[in-house]
Amino acid sequence: MADMLTAKRGHHRWDWTDWAAHLYLLLGVLVMFGPVAWLGLSSLKSETGLNAFPPTLLPYEAATAPVEGRGNLRLYTIDSGDFAGQQLAEIRRVGIQAQMVDPKRPEVIIRLPVEGRTPVMRMRLATENYTALFSRFDFFRYFWNSSFITIVATVLTLLVNSMSAFVLSKYRFTGRESVFLVMLATLMIPPTIVLVPNYLIAAQLGLTNSLWGVIWPGVATPTGVFLLRQYMLTLPDELLEAARMDNASEWRIYWRIVLPLSAPALAVLAIFSVMWRWNDFLWPMVVLARSEVFTLPLALNSFQGELTTQWNFLLAMTVVTLLPVTIIFAFLQKYITQGIASAGVK
Amino acid sequence: MKILTAAYAAVMNLPERPMRWAQGRLRGGRLGWVFVAPNLAVFALFSFLPIVIDIVYATTGGAQLLPSERPYVGADNFASLLDCTNHLDPNTCTRDLFWHGIWNTLRFVVFQVGLMLGFSLLTALVLNRKIMGRGFFRAMFFYPVLLSPVVVALIWKWILQREGVLNAGFMAAGVTPVNWLLDANWAFFWSVFISIWAHMGFYTLILLAGLQAIPAEIHEAAAMDATPPLRHFRRITWPLLMPSVLVVFVLGLIRAVQMFDEIYVLTGGGPGTATTFIVQYIYKTGFADGVRQYGLAAAASLLLAGVLLVLTLLQLKGQRAKNG
Repeated sequence: MADMLTAKRGHHRWDWTDWAAHLYLLLGVLVMFGPVAWLGLSSLKSETGLNAFPPTLLPYEAATAPVEGRGNLRLYTIDSGDFAGQQLAEIRRVGIQAQMVDPKRPEVIIRLPVEGRTPVMRMRLATENYTALFSRFDFFRYFWNSSFITIVATVLTLLVNSMSAFVLSKYRFTGRESVFLVMLATLMIPPTIVLVPNYLIAAQLGLTNSLWGVIWPGVATPTGVFLLRQYMLTLPDELLEAARMDNASEWRIYWRIVLPLSAPALAVLAIFSVMWRWNDFLWPMVVLARSEVFTLPLALNSFQGELTTQWNFLLAMTVVTLLPVTIIFAFLQKYITQGIASAGVK
Repeated sequence: MKILTAAYAAVMNLPERPMRWAQGRLRGGRLGWVFVAPNLAVFALFSFLPIVIDIVYATTGGAQLLPSERPYVGADNFASLLDCTNHLDPNTCTRDLFWHGIWNTLRFVVFQVGLMLGFSLLTALVLNRKIMGRGFFRAMFFYPVLLSPVVVALIWKWILQREGVLNAGFMAAGVTPVNWLLDANWAFFWSVFISIWAHMGFYTLILLAGLQAIPAEIHEAAAMDATPPLRHFRRITWPLLMPSVLVVFVLGLIRAVQMFDEIYVLTGGGPGTATTFIVQYIYKTGFADGVRQYGLAAAASLLLAGVLLVLTLLQLKGQRAKNG
């Protein structure tokens, strides 16, 4: 324990603290990623596979066999008695008795106790969970709503905040310090405490039940201004002066020189913005009441109230919701963690 | 890529003429106001004006949304929120749910922030060692941070349900299954656990950055002097990490006080009021109840705002200590 507390050790012989550290990390992976993996595996199970208790790791479902004149029936392996080892199909259950039939001899009905038989399971990926999202539910619309909000809001966030950051870092004008302080002061007004007034304002502007009602309030962010300003302060003023010599307008200097040079900071803010927007929940829930404007989190939340008996669809929806973020993270992992560590905000 | 660059240039060229015109008229850096105007407008409309409106709502009653139609009631909303025979027992309060929310939030903050700080610190210390596949482990601990709160809640709801994988594991070990989310204490436990699970990766990253910012020479010097590991941590690592710990602590507090999304989807605040937190009270009173009591919701918001104001000032102070 004691050695674990000290950083970077020089030698390479493994002692017990190395074992402890690796054990902790492996346990950590199990706890942190295991639940997500379990969700992914479960989402590929059919309804019968999901209802199995104790659950199986891989997607199994109850096997069925066609029986002449009776359609598809569930198969069971008989454990004991005259029919031990045989696979029979169940016609119906009456109390503790089951009427079974051999699929090859459909005319003979066999009565057996329900105990002493095990359902035949076979492995199958229930991809219909996913296809049904688009055929049975209006899933594409929610996906589109979430994407629209995320993309438009992120573009606006980058634009609006970088404009402020540009002049707050590169201009001298009366009131500059006050403007910066006023913007930072909004850190103390998080969305949770202005729910009611913002609802009134959105209603007055006709923004309720509109995706724009979700987009606008978060477009200006003190975090964004601060992050970009700090970065732009490091850009040399000579670049701007040179451009002014060439008679470039200030607007042109902003978007032709300052913005491209600030790309790393803009990327960090873009990652934040995408995260905030894609996952946003409380404010969209307040401002969007009609289901056709629902975002993915809102749709998931309303379905989990209605579909608790249909976990197969709910799990597939959850997977589709976390997939875009997961893919982005898989590719930009290093960039994202470094950006967040350096900015120290979320 | 070329198309994107062309589109960028085309769009950004649009304001060129009006901006040039403004530049010709505004001298001495006053053009700056044009650049900050959009930002200030959004802040004014959705941050500062709302605080004023919050006060208007908090001092008026009724279920009307339009402030002009609401009767003035003075401090009645606050009085009603704060009215208790015994403040320690929410059931003796006029607004019992508000007080359940306060006490639950307080209990939650103590456990969640304390435990999360501990686990984040431990994880950061482990990740700061020379370890094979460090990037992979760091990514694994961080991954849940990116997930939507609703997704987090559903992942765990699926695991914790009566016939879920956790109960299956318990049965296999010979323990009776528990209805995790229908038992008040267990529901509270899982609220704390899941919020730590979902957020600790972020705090781990900040602490890890703090650890890596400690110059290697300091550790080496200590190693030369054969400083015992425990003392090395207490005398060197911990004091130098303190600014980062403070930032993490206050940020964690600010977020924990406003906890809502995950828990609301996971338990709906139940069973009973066991996991109803203060923000859920605001949401429920203002938007989810049959009669929308905007006045009470706004008054509760302002009380929460007071707490957050103090915490944010602490954060700014901490960040200044860290950066300077």
